[in-house]
Amino acid sequence: MQSNPEEQLSPQPENTPGSEKEESKSPFQLAMRRFIKNKMAVISVFVLLFMIIVCVMAPVFTDQDPEKTNLLLIEQGPSDEHILGTNGQGQDNFSRLLYGGRISLIVGFSAMFFTLVIGVILGSLAGYYGGKIDGIIMRAADIMLMLPFLVLVLTIIAIIEEITIGMFVTIIALTTWPNLTRIIRGTYLSLREQEFVHGARAIGASDFRIIYKHFIPNAIGPIIVNATLMMATYIIIESGLSFIGFGIPQPTPTWGNMISEAMNVRILRDHPEAWIPPGIAILVTVLAINFIGDGLRDAFDPKSKQR
Amino acid sequence: MSVSEQQVHKEKTENIDNNDHEVLVQANHIKKYFPISGGIFKHTVGHVKAVDDVSLKISKGETLGIVGESGSGKSTLGRVILRLLEPTEGEILFENNDISYLGNRKLRDYRKNMQIVFQDPFASLNSKMSVGELIEEPLLVQSSASKSERKEKSVELLEKVGLRASDRMKYPHEFSGGQRQRISIARALALHPKFIICDEPVSALDVSIQAQVLNLMADLQDEFNLTYLFIAHDLSVVKHISDRVAVMYLGRIAETAPKNSLYKNPLHPYTQALLSSIPSTDTRNHRGKIKLSGDLPSPANPPSGCAFRTRCSYAHDRCSMERPELKHYGNGHYVACHLYDDTTT
Repeated sequence: MQSNPEEQLSPQPENTPGSEKEESKSPFQLAMRRFIKNKMAVISVFVLLFMIIVCVMAPVFTDQDPEKTNLLLIEQGPSDEHILGTNGQGQDNFSRLLYGGRISLIVGFSAMFFTLVIGVILGSLAGYYGGKIDGIIMRAADIMLMLPFLVLVLTIIAIIEEITIGMFVTIIALTTWPNLTRIIRGTYLSLREQEFVHGARAIGASDFRIIYKHFIPNAIGPIIVNATLMMATYIIIESGLSFIGFGIPQPTPTWGNMISEAMNVRILRDHPEAWIPPGIAILVTVLAINFIGDGLRDAFDPKSKQR
Repeated sequence: MSVSEQQVHKEKTENIDNNDHEVLVQANHIKKYFPISGGIFKHTVGHVKAVDDVSLKISKGETLGIVGESGSGKSTLGRVILRLLEPTEGEILFENNDISYLGNRKLRDYRKNMQIVFQDPFASLNSKMSVGELIEEPLLVQSSASKSERKEKSVELLEKVGLRASDRMKYPHEFSGGQRQRISIARALALHPKFIICDEPVSALDVSIQAQVLNLMADLQDEFNLTYLFIAHDLSVVKHISDRVAVMYLGRIAETAPKNSLYKNPLHPYTQALLSSIPSTDTRNHRGKIKLSGDLPSPANPPSGCAFRTRCSYAHDRCSMERPELKHYGNGHYVACHLYDDTTT
């Protein structure tokens, strides 16, 4: 096959002048295109989607009630009715796995969203205005980071008697916001002195417009990447806290709860079907989210790949 | 409405039917000091005197070139005039209205009249916005034009600066430096400003492209009756486009004169040195090269008296004691140098 050597050299032939039919890609579209080329990340997207779909459609896969106790059927092995057996309260492990996934994913996602909102607002204020506002927000973040996370969360949870999912998410978000806030502020500080920001001020754009149209789109890479990785962390945090009994309380199922229920030599030895599936579910979900996060990082910042 | 606002409004309407030579922009005794913080408690230990008592007037339709080496404060001066930086002292008059202490909201109305084209075409356009969005943004912010009107306007502007209407949908990363600078110019023109600050608009471009962009700017000046403040570190670029030239050194104006007068008869020793550094192919007119020794002194701690005295071969006692004022030498030629004390008024 004969080909023009110049065509081979040009990495993006669609951008050469003259080919006007080809649509121009925005930097975001280009990043998405790089993301799609990353196999691990795309596989991870499908794995995560699979987990989400199975958990959301839990009633389709099981007709057992995850919260219904049956003291006549305690610590049963796998059977046709209870695919993964039952736990110490006679609750069906399989339905708890599926419904528990819902809670774990909801906690992870909503804590991430909550932190993102706090982080974008506080990070924008600190990074854009600087000065005193920056000082106050960053000192608050320092104080938050200074307090040992686990001790702080355990204390708060111990004080509050009835923990709901909403409360749990709020507590997690309010104790972990400094990370994302700092990242966003740092990105803004480097953007603030760029000429296009001066240009936006020169046309009389409002502060809100400058933040919304100029800062956030240019900081979107680090924001998305870190938010994604935060979500994985939140799922781990939820599982960990549930494991030591300070998470979402019984009888609501979560993956961490299920492992916590299996904290017993007899169950660990005789009933691996009770604790291995939730363990694998956590592992696979967190791994998939991390791969997606890495893929997004490479897509938004192609240079980071050349390590 | 306060009395001063009424007065401002009255002055505005009066200005419209004035003659051509009226002053559009005037800067009086502008100072811009950046604090240096140090020590354990980040207190201010000194100031970088980026712009130190500069006054200038720019008439309607003229181009004032500002030259100086890096660190001379020329870009800072431009930004202070546009109020992108707050002046430490001094006042800025636009059409005889003091805009130096206007609040953000009132300042917005003036932003329509003054625009800026930046040096680095790769940093001055938001890479996440399409060319159309970039050019239409000023209209979106400042006017109530509808979407189709904005689109029409952006196509018109693109064609005016020598790009194609189809480029509207493209993104800045698809253009070369010269093309991007054209986009910046189109964006600056969108609001029909009266005054544009060109902050080294061609210094990042290839020489062949420089000429194209300069010619475009000159054409647009004629077409829209624009007034330019043209900042450059290169006397030959400024010569091409300016009517008057001001030479800056360490935050102060050393000399300002009509273009021909300055290039034929430079008075300030610094201007003479700058001019002699332009490479020339003319062997007949061979003025000896003046080599400047040393570096630009720190603007945080400028020399006493005349800022240039540390590098000036004519420096005498008086230069270290007294700061020379900018004085009129004749024919609009002003110089700040003690050598001409007898001949200036």
